[in-house]
Amino acid sequence: MCDIIKTIAQIQAKFYREVNTVFLITEKTVLNQDVVKIKVSAPLIAKKALPGQFIIFRVNELGERVPLTIADYDREGGTITLIFQLVGNSTRQLAQLEVGDSILDLVGPLGVATEIPEDVKSVCVIGGGVGCAIAYPQAKALFNQGYDVDVIAGFRNKDIVILENEFKAVSNNLYVCTDDGSYGIKGLVTAVLKEQIDSGKKYDLVIAIGPIPMMKFVCKTTEPYEIKTIVSLNPVMIDGTGMCGGCRVTVGGKIKYACVDGPDFDGHQVDFDELMRRNGTYREQEHECRMMKLADKADK
Amino acid sequence: MANMAMEKVPMPERDPKERAKCFEEVATGYTAAMAQEEAARCLGCKAMPCVKGCPVGVQIPDFIQKIAAGDFEGAYDTITATNSLPAVCGRVCPQESQCEGKCVRGVKGEPVGIGRLERFAADYVREKGNKKIETVPSNGHKVAVIGGGPAGLTCAGDLAKLGYQVTIFEAFQVAGGVLMYGIPEFRLPKQIVQEEINNLKDMGVEIRTNMVIGKIQSIDELMEEGFEAVFVGSGAGLPRFMGIPGEGLIGVCSANEYLTRINLMKGYLPEYETPVIKSKAVAVVGGGNVAMDAARSALRMGAEHVYIVYRRSEAEMPARLEEVHHAKEEGVEFLNLNNPVELIGDENGRVCGMKCIRMELGEPDESGRRRPVEIKGSEYVLDVDTVIMSIGTSPNPLIRSTTEGLEANRWGCIVVNEETMATTKEGVYAGGDAVTGAATVILAMGAGKTAAASIDEYIRSK
Repeated sequence: MCDIIKTIAQIQAKFYREVNTVFLITEKTVLNQDVVKIKVSAPLIAKKALPGQFIIFRVNELGERVPLTIADYDREGGTITLIFQLVGNSTRQLAQLEVGDSILDLVGPLGVATEIPEDVKSVCVIGGGVGCAIAYPQAKALFNQGYDVDVIAGFRNKDIVILENEFKAVSNNLYVCTDDGSYGIKGLVTAVLKEQIDSGKKYDLVIAIGPIPMMKFVCKTTEPYEIKTIVSLNPVMIDGTGMCGGCRVTVGGKIKYACVDGPDFDGHQVDFDELMRRNGTYREQEHECRMMKLADKADK
Repeated sequence: MANMAMEKVPMPERDPKERAKCFEEVATGYTAAMAQEEAARCLGCKAMPCVKGCPVGVQIPDFIQKIAAGDFEGAYDTITATNSLPAVCGRVCPQESQCEGKCVRGVKGEPVGIGRLERFAADYVREKGNKKIETVPSNGHKVAVIGGGPAGLTCAGDLAKLGYQVTIFEAFQVAGGVLMYGIPEFRLPKQIVQEEINNLKDMGVEIRTNMVIGKIQSIDELMEEGFEAVFVGSGAGLPRFMGIPGEGLIGVCSANEYLTRINLMKGYLPEYETPVIKSKAVAVVGGGNVAMDAARSALRMGAEHVYIVYRRSEAEMPARLEEVHHAKEEGVEFLNLNNPVELIGDENGRVCGMKCIRMELGEPDESGRRRPVEIKGSEYVLDVDTVIMSIGTSPNPLIRSTTEGLEANRWGCIVVNEETMATTKEGVYAGGDAVTGAATVILAMGAGKTAAASIDEYIRSK
């Protein structure tokens, strides 16, 4: 039955195809058990992409539209780099593709590029887990523009540390920390940040990208010091062009849309608790769905 | 001899109880005999008031006469001479306030079922599979159309008929705009939309999907690439919310999001991955067609109770009469003269109730409709686990914010000369929701049509 449905979907997909670019995967690296890096051929997107912007992908006809921040781009080579964590069905399917396979749909570059305020000289870029993949292009762009860049990269443990060498090349100081102390400094990124500030390091700007609780607590840390803090948000999203309203977040008491107003926002204004809650909207359903599929497989 | 029956030949429909559980099309369409019987009700008035009510100027008495005479293909040709999407319009136009609203037969009894006849002609030709597509030799001029919705498709179709090389830039994975993401399958089967779009492709229109103009390329870049004129039909944008407490709770979404998950992403089919919120009791706030679509979709997704919560009375509802009628038949509960004041959440941050206040009608407001006024102390809580906001949209900011010289009004709608649809930027025309704010498919099509004529004139006079 499932096969018939798939065949129908394929025929439909063919029927619906229109003039389109082929988004070919040209490189693939497994960074750790949960994180994969791919380079995808997308010349027009590569030509326009800027740090902070994202794409939306759809692996196949049955797949969801899922946003991913652009981790890097090569304007001449016509490719963009995506680094993603295997969190749901769609990212798992994306991770199954190999070099030579193509992604059905890729839209971008979406969102507003990160804007660095004029009087900023010294920036602390903070990445948490796979958020480091998005923090990296920020650090790289800032470092290449001559900013004084420190990077704090936090991970749960040694096994999932990524991009250490890359960060080293684009920062004045790199602080790697792990929750369990199995690598680098033992502790959270917020502790490292506070220590730096208290020891006299002056940051004009903090950019924090990672899990919502991390971004929330980085903002709590910087608030008393009045250091402007930019966060990159990843709410539920479908179209990414300002149509569905799924990505709405409350910033400074007002509704903002991450796809057209963001994804970067002033972290001191963001209602992180609401964001965290709304990001869980479909979690149970996806879990249930995965269980059903596993049960299906077990039956066969 | 005219058929002097006071009422339209009834439209065959699926049983309300059966259809409220599936996404099959509700109205199944006239047979040839029914169409000829209904066509015979047209008096063929010389003054043709119906045509004046049609934004795209379909020669209505002419095509109806052809149906009456059994020349269904001839009827189709007459319609498509001015309307690129007849199977769509026959289904979703608000005929009662347009062509049928002007029909002489409507003075006493029901007007001629123009929409039903238009649909019949389009379906007949499509099902027969012998439509002939005229391809016009290219005139060598390139035009870009931004947005593959009703306005863009119409503009593209009209320009292709004149020999222009038209490229549609579509943001989604598939063209069709609101016809694909918004209007549900049970009201407008997606296969039909795609076949109408295929007709355009057969005429030589190129469609490039996954192209968000304003991001991947700007209008200026398109013009540098050799497009001599650009039509902007980028559609409605950001959904409005009420600004009441609790709109950030889980289970609260816009109708655009709810419908996009179901329609464009096919979330109603189990094999598709996009999740759709599961609900027991749904409140849809608003009284337009989109609200009806969301409410009827919620029933089909398995909700036990679906409420339309509308602050005015049914007489002021902007939805098509047929949609309201169908929604009621299927079991949607109407709470007219009610307005939400607060959404209430449970301990997990999930919406579990909607506090409403009852309203009464006061003096007419600037829209000419009687203004709803709150009845003090009449608040009560409606038990719901999902709230779908369907109170309109504001235009999409992507194009206007990335195109220099393109003026927008204070609501963000692109400013145009209404006679020509020309914007404040030379060579750039616009129409549809991007200009008017949320309106109807047919008005967008009318604007696309006007713009196509202006673009032709502009390029020829260069």
